[in-house]
Amino acid sequence: MKWEVVIGLEVHAQLSTHSKIFSGASTAFGAEPNTQTAAVDIALPGVLPVMNRVALQKAIRFGLAIGAKINQTSVFARKNYFYPDLPKGYQISQLDLPIVEGGEITITVGEAEKTVRLTRAHLEEDAGKSLHEDFHGMTGIDLNRAGTPLLEIVSEPDMRSAAEAVAYARALHGLVTWLGICDGNMQEGSFRVDANVSVRPQGQEAFGTRREIKNLNSFRFLEQAINYEIQWQIETLEDGGRVQQATVLFDPDSGETRLMRTKEDAHDYRYFPDPDLLPMKISDQEVAAIQAELPELPSQMKARFVEQYAVSSYDAALLTANLEIARFFEAIVAEQVEGKLAANWLNGEFAARLNREEKTLADSPINPVRFALLLRRISDNTLSSKLAKQVFDAMWSSELSADDIIERDGLKQVSDVGAIEKLVEEAIAANPKAVEEFRAGKEKALNALAGQVMKASKGKANPAQVQEILRQKLA
Amino acid sequence: MIHATLKELTRALAVRELSSRELVSAYLDRIAAVNPTLNAFISVAERESALAAADAADAARAAGQAGLFTGIPLAHKDLFVTRQLPTTCGSKMLANFVSPYDATVVERCQAAGFINLGKTNMDEFAMGSTNESSYFGAVKNPWDVQAVPGGSSGGSAAAVAARMVPVATGTDTGGSIRQPAAFCGITGIKPTYGRVSRYGMVAYASSLDQGGPMAQTAEDCALLLNVMAGFDGRDSTSLDVAAEDFCRDLQQPLTGLKVGLPKEFFAAGLDGDVARVMDETVQQLKQLGCDIVEITLPKTELAIPAYYVIAPAEASSNLSRYDGVRYGHRAAEYRDLNDMYERTRAEGFGAEVKRRILVGTYVLSHGYYDAYYLQAQKIRRLIADDFQAAFAQCDVILGPVAPTPAWNLGEKADDPVQMYLADIYTLSVNLAGLPAMSVPAGLSVQQRPIGVQLIGNYQQEARLLNVAHQFQQVTDWHQRRPAI
Amino acid sequence: MSLSAADITRLARLARIGIEAGEVDAVANKLNNVFGLIEKMRAVDTTGVAPMSHPQPLGLRLRDDVVSVENQREAFLACAPQTEAGLYLVPRVIE
Repeated sequence: MKWEVVIGLEVHAQLSTHSKIFSGASTAFGAEPNTQTAAVDIALPGVLPVMNRVALQKAIRFGLAIGAKINQTSVFARKNYFYPDLPKGYQISQLDLPIVEGGEITITVGEAEKTVRLTRAHLEEDAGKSLHEDFHGMTGIDLNRAGTPLLEIVSEPDMRSAAEAVAYARALHGLVTWLGICDGNMQEGSFRVDANVSVRPQGQEAFGTRREIKNLNSFRFLEQAINYEIQWQIETLEDGGRVQQATVLFDPDSGETRLMRTKEDAHDYRYFPDPDLLPMKISDQEVAAIQAELPELPSQMKARFVEQYAVSSYDAALLTANLEIARFFEAIVAEQVEGKLAANWLNGEFAARLNREEKTLADSPINPVRFALLLRRISDNTLSSKLAKQVFDAMWSSELSADDIIERDGLKQVSDVGAIEKLVEEAIAANPKAVEEFRAGKEKALNALAGQVMKASKGKANPAQVQEILRQKLA
Repeated sequence: MIHATLKELTRALAVRELSSRELVSAYLDRIAAVNPTLNAFISVAERESALAAADAADAARAAGQAGLFTGIPLAHKDLFVTRQLPTTCGSKMLANFVSPYDATVVERCQAAGFINLGKTNMDEFAMGSTNESSYFGAVKNPWDVQAVPGGSSGGSAAAVAARMVPVATGTDTGGSIRQPAAFCGITGIKPTYGRVSRYGMVAYASSLDQGGPMAQTAEDCALLLNVMAGFDGRDSTSLDVAAEDFCRDLQQPLTGLKVGLPKEFFAAGLDGDVARVMDETVQQLKQLGCDIVEITLPKTELAIPAYYVIAPAEASSNLSRYDGVRYGHRAAEYRDLNDMYERTRAEGFGAEVKRRILVGTYVLSHGYYDAYYLQAQKIRRLIADDFQAAFAQCDVILGPVAPTPAWNLGEKADDPVQMYLADIYTLSVNLAGLPAMSVPAGLSVQQRPIGVQLIGNYQQEARLLNVAHQFQQVTDWHQRRPAI
Repeated sequence: MSLSAADITRLARLARIGIEAGEVDAVANKLNNVFGLIEKMRAVDTTGVAPMSHPQPLGLRLRDDVVSVENQREAFLACAPQTEAGLYLVPRVIE
């Protein structure tokens, strides 16, 4: 049987605020345990929550960026359950009337584009952390993270493969960091993904029973976990078994998911509107003010790159994957570099190099201005692309400019017709067999001759000119 | 000296007829003398520290730096958190809890110069109408130690009635200031929801809870309310309105004031003594120039079910924080985490609290929310709308506080439903969020006090206090005091 | 409506309140009396009535995003039944 995979994601993005969503405690990561807790965060008797304006503004910013509806009245609700890292015994979250409803995000998988619809995004507070190191057989509770603002972003079940899910998660990650509403640091838990995965026979309309994989904190784990889960569900069904609705955890060591709880022991959260917090009333003016401050969005910038710099849609998507790369690209083209050339290099050699060294753009040893000079030396035929790669390598490990390296290593491309003619004549004289073969119609023999010329020039001869002159001489 | 009103004390201190040291000392002596009988206090300030505070107050006064209330004693209901004394909420759960911070009300009273002499007994987590649910034992009514003092602010009411302090703070979620005030023959006001900050006031039912003053007279209530009320940025439900002087209208004549009598408040079930006192009060108000109009509050009876859904629902969630992890009681023995939770809460909470948590858990649970919680919130709206319709016809509403005077200790202790039914006249005010007060207006044949209730529209406290004050100018019920 | 012993057990578990097996019937009895009182409300026609969650129809006030509290860990931990190394200790949490 052919199976269709159905995936929806729930992403918890920590909103980058100085203070917590309902208290004046700091949200900075990595402090000593329990040193960043206000009375509100540890739920002392008598304390009350007071909402952080910036958290609301950032949620609205997100909603506007995905073309969603911003609810003019939005309500906080209590989600009741007992857990030691949840001090009040309830989490302040939203159920009815979330701040953001609807919206969509366009993702690129390979060469194909796809639109993923969003269900909603709501504000809530984060929980603390349980530390399972051994304290005489007990668990330690650190409440520093309790009360950190979160935006829970829920997608429709629109994705059909792990690759699409990862593309969506990456696009969302790119967007929230682009908008400056989340630092996107996945190691620190600023961006956490839950994946709802089910399978159904191809052509069947009804969804299969889903299992939710909780708390994936890297794109690689997201992909591995979904792929494992898909395989497990298909095997289970093909073996005549049934998939039970459940929550599972992914174990990166084994690469497998394991059962956390089934629907039978699911919580009864007893949601109700939080009586300590009045409904948020959001005026058109407030929304308009946030709209006015919205930066150019990835989708808009992508369209502009295609239009303005004549780059391909594929390249433009890569260049707008996050704000950093987009800015880097624009800084290069601002230095009189042709867009297409800049795109090829950024998405090609440069991206590969960063990837190989597991670096991010911020760690790049080459800044846009240095990079632009290198690319200009390709455009003006000073460097062949082969030599340019050599210069690029040298630039990576030094602070020299492209011109300094060309000068130092004598890498200037030779485009002087006289000099190349001389080398061509020498090659023809030295390789009568190849000349004969070419004249007998064997195109390939020309490449051998050209190779000899390039070799003799130590790679500096302009390859296009070499070809041209060779053909003239052999005509 | 201890029988003086707050108003009289401010004058006596200002003209140096007496010192704060004398005052504090006299009240501490009084507490030491009668508290063993009445059990109105859960904790009492150390004599040394209270006298030191009194001396500081006297020094400030000598230096010309005293405010109106500098050096005057008061007591706080034991759910306003204090750093100075434990805050127990009348519960074993918090029997040893000392708050690392002070409630806004506590800070405001302290800043005004009041000296806190102790924390008053109360129904556990403010859930009750008799004070019998306190882990620290029932409070006795100073008028008759066989009688309940009312609740949940029974300790504050008894403390003021027995002159252990001139004034005390209380809270009112379904009548918890008004009913004990009525049962103990004192004056108390529950302000408009949002007037008094709830920050540091341990929550029972957040959308209903409201702090307020309990005192001998309406004027004293106005004076203390001036201190307690005010916008607080730490409470998101605090009313952001300009400060007002609640004493400003006390002297206004009542000529032409329209007083509404809701016919539902005078229906079957009203005790004969209470009915008589209501009649006498109506006559008295007529003599003061008020016009009496009959009004209707048709949803009155529904306030009981609506309240006993909404309050337990909010309470079930509010009390989830008592889990034995960060403060309060933790069971000594347990098998695992859940067992720790279950034993801690089974041991730490009393029967009435557990009952309300279970009711609240049920009405919020999956499949029952719409039928109970949502329905109760809709009825709440109907009740609030009834009041607005009534206030189109009258300026204030007059009715009984409770259907009967104080009953005997133990009489309803085993029957929650009988207890809940006795809240009928007070609950709807909390559901609507209106201000209301209890004013002493008579005694039963058993010589137990009877109070009448005045209900005003939103933020009309000054008008209620005006009516009560004028009533107290021509009556002496507020000056009567128990023999103890 | 009548709550059964099983209902009481479920509610007690949800609310994390231990109830001895011997107490369940007595608790059920009292709760059923309370629900007898509450049931009266269900017959009321509330079609079209907006639920009222707050006494006053105001919007939420928001605060500025400013860190305004100091570290009070020692004072807070002093209230706790069991702590170590700056952490609250609880019976082992198993996921």
